[in-house]
Amino acid sequence: MSKKKSSAAYQKTFAYRFFRWLRGEKDPYLGELEMKPQEEYHVSEDAILRREKEHDSILDKVYDSQHNKWLRLFHSLYEITSVLFCLFLIALLLVTVSYLPAVGTVTRPVNNEVAERYIENGLEETGAINIVAGMILDYRAFDTLGESHVLFVATITVLILLRLNKGQEDTNDRIFEPKNDAILQLVATFLVPIIIIFGIYIILNGHLGPGGGFSGGAVIGAGLVLYLNAFGFAKTERFFTEKTYKWVCFFSLSFYCLAKSYSFYTGANQLHSVIPKGTPGAILSSGLILPLNIAVGLVVACTIYAFYAMFRKGGF
Amino acid sequence: MNFICNFPFFSILLSLFSGTICSVLPAKAAKVVNRAVIIVIGLLSAILLLYLLSVGEPFVYWMGHFPAPWGNEIRAGVLEAGMAMFFCIIMYLSMAGGAHKLYDEVDESKHNLYYILVNLLLSSLLALVYTNDMFTAYVFVEINTISACGLIMIRQVGRTIEAAVRYMIMSLLGSGLLLFGLCIMYDLTGHLLMSNIKASVGPLVANVEYQIPLIVSIALMCVGLCIKSALFPFHAWLPDAYGYSTVSSAAILSSLVSKGYIFLLIKIIYRVIGFDIFNSTRIIDVLFVFGLMGMIFGSISAIRENDIRRMIAFSSVAQIGYIYMGFGMGTQTGMVASVYHILSHAATKSLLFIAAIGLTEVSGGSRKFVDLTGAGYRNKWAGVAFTVGSLSMVGVPLFSGFISKLLFAQAAVQVEGKMLASLIVLGISTVLNAIYFMKTVIRIYTSVKDSPYESITFGKMKIHAITLMFFILLNVILGVSSQPIVDLIVQGLAMFS
Repeated sequence: MSKKKSSAAYQKTFAYRFFRWLRGEKDPYLGELEMKPQEEYHVSEDAILRREKEHDSILDKVYDSQHNKWLRLFHSLYEITSVLFCLFLIALLLVTVSYLPAVGTVTRPVNNEVAERYIENGLEETGAINIVAGMILDYRAFDTLGESHVLFVATITVLILLRLNKGQEDTNDRIFEPKNDAILQLVATFLVPIIIIFGIYIILNGHLGPGGGFSGGAVIGAGLVLYLNAFGFAKTERFFTEKTYKWVCFFSLSFYCLAKSYSFYTGANQLHSVIPKGTPGAILSSGLILPLNIAVGLVVACTIYAFYAMFRKGGF
Repeated sequence: MNFICNFPFFSILLSLFSGTICSVLPAKAAKVVNRAVIIVIGLLSAILLLYLLSVGEPFVYWMGHFPAPWGNEIRAGVLEAGMAMFFCIIMYLSMAGGAHKLYDEVDESKHNLYYILVNLLLSSLLALVYTNDMFTAYVFVEINTISACGLIMIRQVGRTIEAAVRYMIMSLLGSGLLLFGLCIMYDLTGHLLMSNIKASVGPLVANVEYQIPLIVSIALMCVGLCIKSALFPFHAWLPDAYGYSTVSSAAILSSLVSKGYIFLLIKIIYRVIGFDIFNSTRIIDVLFVFGLMGMIFGSISAIRENDIRRMIAFSSVAQIGYIYMGFGMGTQTGMVASVYHILSHAATKSLLFIAAIGLTEVSGGSRKFVDLTGAGYRNKWAGVAFTVGSLSMVGVPLFSGFISKLLFAQAAVQVEGKMLASLIVLGISTVLNAIYFMKTVIRIYTSVKDSPYESITFGKMKIHAITLMFFILLNVILGVSSQPIVDLIVQGLAMFS
């Protein structure tokens, strides 16, 4: 057993200092080392400006295709690759087409039962003289329902992109519209009614001859755009505002949805449908095709006008 | 016919119609309609699933008065109904979790437009799931693409517009290739209906007729859908689209939109081309290789990222690679693993996006890792949820990611020639996943003294926290009760053929 040290002697040992440090009573560096708190970092305006300038100059240098060899190489490689890719795709598709069955052979395509029934029984089953109308609005009405919603969702997306937010109205440039052109106005007074009546004819005639909602709606839309160009927004807003668009689209699409839902439901459940087929050839015939054509036509006409109005001034 | 058989048709029409209705409603009412429609469709799909399980066989449903192949047709089996229900759950949770961010980032007057897009997106997803007709699928792919663009750019800052343009170009290229493939297929077979195409493709292959157009058509359809679902070399649109759009959109895009296309590809493989014919082509080897490359390069890009949202986005590239690796194995077990991974990844990725927004919110809105230090303490719910999501992604037992990795490994062992490659890449990818996810978790749980940002209480972000809890619950359910789900998938895939 070792001798017990006196407290003065113990205070000189390493163990005493170590345990004291461990208990946190004394920091060995405190008072021994020279310590200074770090200065707070201040950024001067000049430094920020200088840094931004430097950043810009570096960017300029990097994206300066005149002097940056690698960038130039990359761009040319990129162009060559994309051209090669397109050529490859064209060649591939051409080769494929050459292997397809020749036009007019009996086995083109292997099965003809679908087209055969459309042509042979189309008139009887849909009541539409125009087979195409019978096909898209009766046999395959679900696809066309989807297709009219494609137009709807496209307008919604354009609305998101181009409609001015609140507080941005001053960026609206309609005040800079040119003075109306007298020649254009005169021509438009003649043409617009004719164009619109022709469009209505195409829509109403959709089940009897070539035509239908999509093409007729496009014609009416073109007529409206011409009218807008000739007479300006002040005139068109008397009868066509965003509200009109909203409600016309709503009613046409709702009618389409509900009418077709009824027809799908009765068809799938083998129920009797109350919609009459009518005499083929009469204007009121072929069941739902005529009203559906009108609904599609309204949607298409409004969509075309709305696209134009939004691109022109970011709203209606 | 049982009344329940109408439910797929009701779901699609209801979501389409609610999109139209939302266009005339004010934003608040549109929000209510949107949520209600998602819930109703989820319930309808659940009832349909129970009915199909009790009946045990799929059914087709005429869309109109004409039988197939003359009219349109939809078809519902166990897998379709289950997928529809799952999509509705994820969509509801994503919308609820990102609702407060929508108010910050999107102009008030455009809110009802957002709900229109979400409704139409849901209808297109349902149509892709239920359709039995290739052209219907194409039409709804169009709706899906356009509304996804809208979802990206509704938050109008420069990066989202750029991302939307990129997404649109790539996605339209994908749609175009799909349409080319479809046209060639129609020219060969004369049918657009899936089951009829399959019936005509079989003899063509057996008689060795029209080999080249057939292969080109299958390849074009595959490549088109690969571009749209961001398989590795076609993923350039993905990071910005997921990283900068408003958080609900990012969650929906990553977990639903890309999965819808993958589900369509599965349908094409099983119901249009036929599983065996598809496996006898060389296309599965290409899918396999690109899947493996995606698993590695996606993770490497994620490791290099300094922005939490973009990191999660790049992780999607890797996870999509997993799914395509499963396709590439060319076996039933590989396919089951892929379908399970669709569910697992959808549940986890949306959880990560929603949790990440909770973390960035308590870091002054910054997404840089430097600012996120200690965010897990400042927003406890989001921290826990992010950790759960990360663990699931890395593949820790109890969570869904583990099961999918296990299934992939089991499937790989049974494939001759592809076993070693898949197992090695699976291992490397897991390690890389662990590197970037654990780095983030450690970062958010590193405490900082006197942080400049305030912590947030439960009361302030109640809905966000509750949503996260549901997400965690979903993840654990997928991870713990995996066997019944795998059985369901097997049953559903058997119903496909």
